[in-house]
Amino acid sequence: MEIWKNIGTYAIVFAVGGGLCALAELLIVRTKLTPARILVIFLIGGIVLEGIGVYDYIFKVCQAGISVPIVGFGASLAKGSIQMAKQVGFIGAFAGGLIRTAYGVGVAVVMSYIVTLLFSARAK
Amino acid sequence: MSENTNSIKARNALYNEYVDTITPKTNIFKALFHSFVIGGITCIIGQGIGDIAKLIAPSLSTEMVGNITAMILVTVAILFTGLGFFDVIARQGGAGSFLPITGFANAMASASMEFKTEGLIFGTSVKLFSVVGPVVVNGIVWSTVAGLLNLWILGI
Repeated sequence: MEIWKNIGTYAIVFAVGGGLCALAELLIVRTKLTPARILVIFLIGGIVLEGIGVYDYIFKVCQAGISVPIVGFGASLAKGSIQMAKQVGFIGAFAGGLIRTAYGVGVAVVMSYIVTLLFSARAK
Repeated sequence: MSENTNSIKARNALYNEYVDTITPKTNIFKALFHSFVIGGITCIIGQGIGDIAKLIAPSLSTEMVGNITAMILVTVAILFTGLGFFDVIARQGGAGSFLPITGFANAMASASMEFKTEGLIFGTSVKLFSVVGPVVVNGIVWSTVAGLLNLWILGI
Protein backbone atom coordinates (compact mmCIF):
# COMPACT_ATOMS: atom_id res chain seq x y z
CA MET A 1 0.00 0.00 0.00
CA GLU A 2 2.81 2.36 0.96
CA ILE A 3 4.54 1.66 -2.35
CA TRP A 4 1.44 2.54 -4.41
CA LYS A 5 1.05 5.78 -2.49
CA ASN A 6 4.68 6.66 -3.25
CA ILE A 7 4.29 5.86 -6.94
CA GLY A 8 1.24 8.11 -7.03
CA THR A 9 3.17 10.95 -5.39
CA TYR A 10 6.04 10.58 -7.87
CA ALA A 11 3.60 10.58 -10.79
CA ILE A 12 2.06 13.83 -9.53
CA VAL A 13 5.55 15.34 -9.03
CA PHE A 14 6.50 14.42 -12.58
CA ALA A 15 3.26 15.74 -14.08
CA VAL A 16 3.23 19.04 -12.18
CA GLY A 17 6.95 19.80 -12.55
CA GLY A 18 6.92 18.85 -16.21
CA GLY A 19 3.69 20.78 -16.78
CA LEU A 20 5.18 23.98 -15.35
CA CYS A 21 8.26 23.61 -17.57
CA ALA A 22 6.10 22.94 -20.64
CA LEU A 23 4.06 26.06 -19.82
CA ALA A 24 7.28 28.10 -19.64
CA GLU A 25 8.42 26.63 -22.97
CA LEU A 26 5.05 27.51 -24.53
CA LEU A 27 5.42 31.10 -23.27
CA ILE A 28 8.88 31.31 -24.87
CA VAL A 29 7.75 29.94 -28.22
CA ARG A 30 4.50 31.91 -28.42
CA THR A 31 5.38 35.30 -26.90
CA LYS A 32 9.15 35.54 -27.52
CA LEU A 33 9.75 36.50 -23.87
CA THR A 34 13.37 36.00 -22.81
CA PRO A 35 14.16 33.23 -20.28
CA ALA A 36 15.08 35.82 -17.62
CA ARG A 37 11.60 37.38 -17.87
CA ILE A 38 9.94 33.96 -17.66
CA LEU A 39 11.95 33.16 -14.53
CA VAL A 40 10.88 36.44 -12.92
CA ILE A 41 7.22 35.85 -13.85
CA PHE A 42 7.22 32.35 -12.28
CA LEU A 43 9.14 33.65 -9.24
CA ILE A 44 6.56 36.38 -8.61
CA GLY A 45 3.86 33.77 -9.16
CA GLY A 46 5.36 31.77 -6.30
CA ILE A 47 5.55 34.85 -4.05
CA VAL A 48 1.88 35.64 -4.74
CA LEU A 49 0.80 32.04 -4.05
CA GLU A 50 2.61 32.11 -0.69
CA GLY A 51 1.44 35.65 0.07
CA ILE A 52 -2.25 34.72 -0.24
CA GLY A 53 -1.64 31.47 1.66
CA VAL A 54 -2.46 28.95 -1.08
CA TYR A 55 1.05 27.55 -1.58
CA ASP A 56 1.03 25.20 1.43
CA TYR A 57 -2.07 23.39 0.15
CA ILE A 58 -0.54 23.00 -3.32
CA PHE A 59 2.74 21.79 -1.79
CA LYS A 60 0.98 19.09 0.24
CA VAL A 61 -0.29 17.55 -3.01
CA CYS A 62 2.48 18.35 -5.51
CA GLN A 63 5.58 18.15 -3.23
CA ALA A 64 8.78 18.59 -5.25
CA GLY A 65 6.75 19.22 -8.41
CA ILE A 66 6.14 22.78 -7.24
CA SER A 67 9.12 23.33 -4.91
CA VAL A 68 11.95 22.42 -7.32
CA PRO A 69 10.91 24.86 -10.09
CA ILE A 70 11.66 28.54 -9.38
CA VAL A 71 8.09 28.93 -8.04
CA GLY A 72 9.28 27.17 -4.87
CA PHE A 73 12.18 29.60 -4.51
CA GLY A 74 9.76 32.53 -4.62
CA ALA A 75 7.42 30.86 -2.16
CA SER A 76 10.22 30.21 0.31
CA LEU A 77 11.43 33.82 0.07
CA ALA A 78 7.91 35.04 0.82
CA LYS A 79 7.36 32.49 3.60
CA GLY A 80 10.59 33.55 5.35
CA SER A 81 9.71 37.20 5.04
CA ILE A 82 6.17 36.72 6.38
CA GLN A 83 7.35 34.57 9.32
CA MET A 84 10.11 36.98 10.34
CA ALA A 85 7.75 39.95 10.02
CA LYS A 86 5.36 38.23 12.47
CA GLN A 87 8.19 37.38 14.87
CA VAL A 88 10.22 40.60 15.11
CA GLY A 89 8.00 43.28 13.60
CA PHE A 90 8.20 44.99 10.22
CA ILE A 91 12.02 45.06 10.01
CA GLY A 92 11.91 41.26 9.91
CA ALA A 93 10.26 41.42 6.47
CA PHE A 94 13.53 42.70 5.00
CA ALA A 95 15.66 39.87 6.38
CA GLY A 96 13.36 36.85 6.46
CA GLY A 97 13.42 35.93 2.77
CA LEU A 98 17.20 35.98 2.58
CA ILE A 99 17.61 34.01 5.81
CA ARG A 100 15.31 31.23 4.64
CA THR A 101 16.86 30.87 1.17
CA ALA A 102 20.44 31.43 2.33
CA TYR A 103 21.32 27.70 2.22
CA GLY A 104 20.64 27.36 -1.49
CA VAL A 105 22.02 30.74 -2.57
CA GLY A 106 25.12 30.36 -0.38
CA VAL A 107 25.92 26.94 -1.80
CA ALA A 108 25.33 28.24 -5.33
CA VAL A 109 27.78 31.14 -4.89
CA VAL A 110 30.51 29.09 -3.19
CA MET A 111 30.23 26.14 -5.59
CA SER A 112 30.23 28.47 -8.63
CA TYR A 113 33.43 30.04 -7.36
CA ILE A 114 35.11 26.68 -6.72
CA VAL A 115 34.03 25.29 -10.10
CA THR A 116 35.31 28.44 -11.81
CA LEU A 117 38.69 27.93 -10.14
CA LEU A 118 38.80 24.27 -11.24
CA PHE A 119 37.41 24.43 -14.79
CA SER A 120 37.59 26.86 -17.69
CA ALA A 121 34.69 27.66 -20.05
CA ARG A 122 34.58 25.59 -23.22
CA ALA A 123 33.97 26.95 -26.68
CA LYS A 124 30.29 26.42 -27.52
CA MET B 1 10.16 61.33 -49.18
CA SER B 2 7.08 59.07 -49.02
CA GLU B 3 8.43 57.07 -51.96
CA ASN B 4 11.61 56.56 -50.01
CA THR B 5 9.86 55.27 -46.85
CA ASN B 6 7.67 53.01 -49.01
CA SER B 7 10.69 51.43 -50.61
CA ILE B 8 12.25 50.92 -47.16
CA LYS B 9 9.02 49.26 -45.96
CA ALA B 10 8.95 47.01 -48.99
CA ARG B 11 12.56 46.09 -48.44
CA ASN B 12 11.94 45.31 -44.76
CA ALA B 13 8.97 43.12 -45.68
CA LEU B 14 11.10 41.21 -48.16
CA TYR B 15 13.85 40.84 -45.61
CA ASN B 16 11.41 39.52 -42.97
CA GLU B 17 10.10 36.95 -45.47
CA TYR B 18 13.66 35.89 -46.17
CA VAL B 19 14.44 35.56 -42.43
CA ASP B 20 11.30 33.45 -41.96
CA THR B 21 12.32 31.09 -44.75
CA ILE B 22 15.80 30.42 -43.36
CA THR B 23 14.91 30.28 -39.62
CA PRO B 24 14.82 26.61 -38.67
CA LYS B 25 11.24 25.64 -37.83
CA THR B 26 11.24 24.26 -34.33
CA ASN B 27 8.60 21.62 -33.83
CA ILE B 28 6.56 23.13 -31.00
CA PHE B 29 5.15 19.82 -29.72
CA LYS B 30 8.59 18.24 -29.66
CA ALA B 31 9.98 21.22 -27.73
CA LEU B 32 7.08 21.10 -25.25
CA PHE B 33 7.50 17.34 -24.78
CA HIS B 34 11.25 17.66 -24.16
CA SER B 35 10.74 20.44 -21.58
CA PHE B 36 8.01 18.38 -19.92
CA VAL B 37 10.20 15.26 -19.61
CA ILE B 38 13.42 17.03 -18.54
CA GLY B 39 11.57 19.26 -16.04
CA GLY B 40 9.60 16.31 -14.70
CA ILE B 41 12.72 14.18 -14.24
CA THR B 42 14.50 17.01 -12.40
CA CYS B 43 11.54 17.33 -10.01
CA ILE B 44 11.47 13.54 -9.44
CA ILE B 45 15.18 13.59 -8.57
CA GLY B 46 14.45 16.42 -6.11
CA GLN B 47 11.60 14.43 -4.56
CA GLY B 48 13.89 11.37 -4.33
CA ILE B 49 16.63 13.32 -2.54
CA GLY B 50 14.05 14.66 -0.08
CA ASP B 51 12.62 11.18 0.60
CA ILE B 52 16.09 9.68 1.14
CA ALA B 53 17.01 12.54 3.50
CA LYS B 54 13.81 11.81 5.48
CA LEU B 55 14.70 8.10 5.65
CA ILE B 56 18.22 8.81 6.93
CA ALA B 57 17.16 11.44 9.47
CA PRO B 58 13.42 11.23 10.27
CA SER B 59 13.67 14.10 12.77
CA LEU B 60 14.35 16.71 10.05
CA SER B 61 11.68 19.38 9.59
CA THR B 62 10.02 19.86 6.19
CA GLU B 63 11.86 23.17 5.84
CA MET B 64 15.26 21.54 6.43
CA VAL B 65 14.47 18.71 4.00
CA GLY B 66 13.70 21.38 1.38
CA ASN B 67 16.96 23.15 2.12
CA ILE B 68 19.00 19.94 1.81
CA THR B 69 17.26 19.05 -1.47
CA ALA B 70 18.00 22.50 -2.90
CA MET B 71 21.64 22.35 -1.76
CA ILE B 72 22.28 18.93 -3.34
CA LEU B 73 20.49 19.83 -6.60
CA VAL B 74 22.43 23.11 -6.87
CA THR B 75 25.77 21.40 -6.17
CA VAL B 76 25.18 18.68 -8.76
CA ALA B 77 23.98 21.20 -11.37
CA ILE B 78 27.07 23.38 -10.88
CA LEU B 79 29.42 20.38 -11.09
CA PHE B 80 27.63 19.31 -14.31
CA THR B 81 28.07 22.86 -15.65
CA GLY B 82 31.78 22.73 -14.89
CA LEU B 83 32.21 19.33 -16.52
CA GLY B 84 30.17 20.41 -19.58
CA PHE B 85 27.33 17.90 -19.14
CA PHE B 86 24.72 20.59 -18.49
CA ASP B 87 25.00 22.11 -21.98
CA VAL B 88 24.06 18.75 -23.47
CA ILE B 89 20.90 18.62 -21.31
CA ALA B 90 20.06 22.29 -21.86
CA ARG B 91 20.22 21.97 -25.65
CA GLN B 92 17.39 19.41 -25.52
CA GLY B 93 15.53 20.55 -22.44
CA GLY B 94 14.69 24.20 -23.16
CA ALA B 95 12.51 25.51 -20.33
CA GLY B 96 12.78 22.12 -18.60
CA SER B 97 16.42 22.84 -17.88
CA PHE B 98 16.21 26.47 -16.76
CA LEU B 99 12.95 26.66 -14.79
CA PRO B 100 13.95 24.26 -11.97
CA ILE B 101 16.48 25.40 -9.37
CA THR B 102 19.19 23.58 -11.36
CA GLY B 103 18.85 26.16 -14.14
CA PHE B 104 19.36 28.97 -11.62
CA ALA B 105 22.60 27.28 -10.50
CA ASN B 106 23.73 26.66 -14.07
CA ALA B 107 23.16 30.31 -15.07
CA MET B 108 25.29 31.44 -12.12
CA ALA B 109 28.15 29.00 -12.72
CA SER B 110 28.30 29.47 -16.48
CA ALA B 111 28.39 33.28 -16.18
CA SER B 112 31.17 33.08 -13.62
CA MET B 113 33.18 30.59 -15.71
CA GLU B 114 32.75 32.60 -18.89
CA PHE B 115 34.32 35.70 -17.39
CA LYS B 116 37.16 33.90 -15.61
CA THR B 117 39.56 35.30 -18.22
CA GLU B 118 38.87 38.84 -16.95
CA GLY B 119 40.14 37.94 -13.49
CA LEU B 120 38.60 36.56 -10.32
CA ILE B 121 37.56 39.97 -8.93
CA PHE B 122 36.44 41.93 -11.99
CA GLY B 123 35.46 38.90 -14.05
CA THR B 124 34.01 36.12 -11.92
CA SER B 125 32.92 38.11 -8.89
CA VAL B 126 31.30 40.91 -10.91
CA LYS B 127 29.51 38.68 -13.43
CA LEU B 128 28.38 35.95 -11.00
CA PHE B 129 24.90 37.51 -10.71
CA SER B 130 24.72 38.94 -14.23
CA VAL B 131 22.12 36.37 -15.39
CA VAL B 132 20.36 35.51 -12.12
CA GLY B 133 20.42 39.11 -10.84
CA PRO B 134 16.82 39.84 -11.95
CA VAL B 135 15.60 36.76 -10.08
CA VAL B 136 17.43 37.61 -6.86
CA VAL B 137 16.52 41.32 -6.91
CA ASN B 138 12.85 40.78 -7.77
CA GLY B 139 12.66 37.93 -5.29
CA ILE B 140 13.95 40.04 -2.41
CA VAL B 141 11.88 43.12 -3.29
CA TRP B 142 8.54 41.36 -3.80
CA SER B 143 8.97 38.94 -0.89
CA THR B 144 9.60 41.94 1.38
CA VAL B 145 6.42 43.53 0.01
CA ALA B 146 4.55 40.27 0.65
CA GLY B 147 5.87 40.18 4.23
CA LEU B 148 4.90 43.78 4.94
CA LEU B 149 1.43 43.41 3.38
CA ASN B 150 0.78 40.26 5.39
CA LEU B 151 1.83 41.99 8.58
CA TRP B 152 -0.10 45.21 8.06
CA ILE B 153 -3.23 44.11 6.24
CA LEU B 154 -3.85 40.50 7.30
CA GLY B 155 -2.31 40.93 10.76
CA ILE B 156 -4.87 43.43 11.98
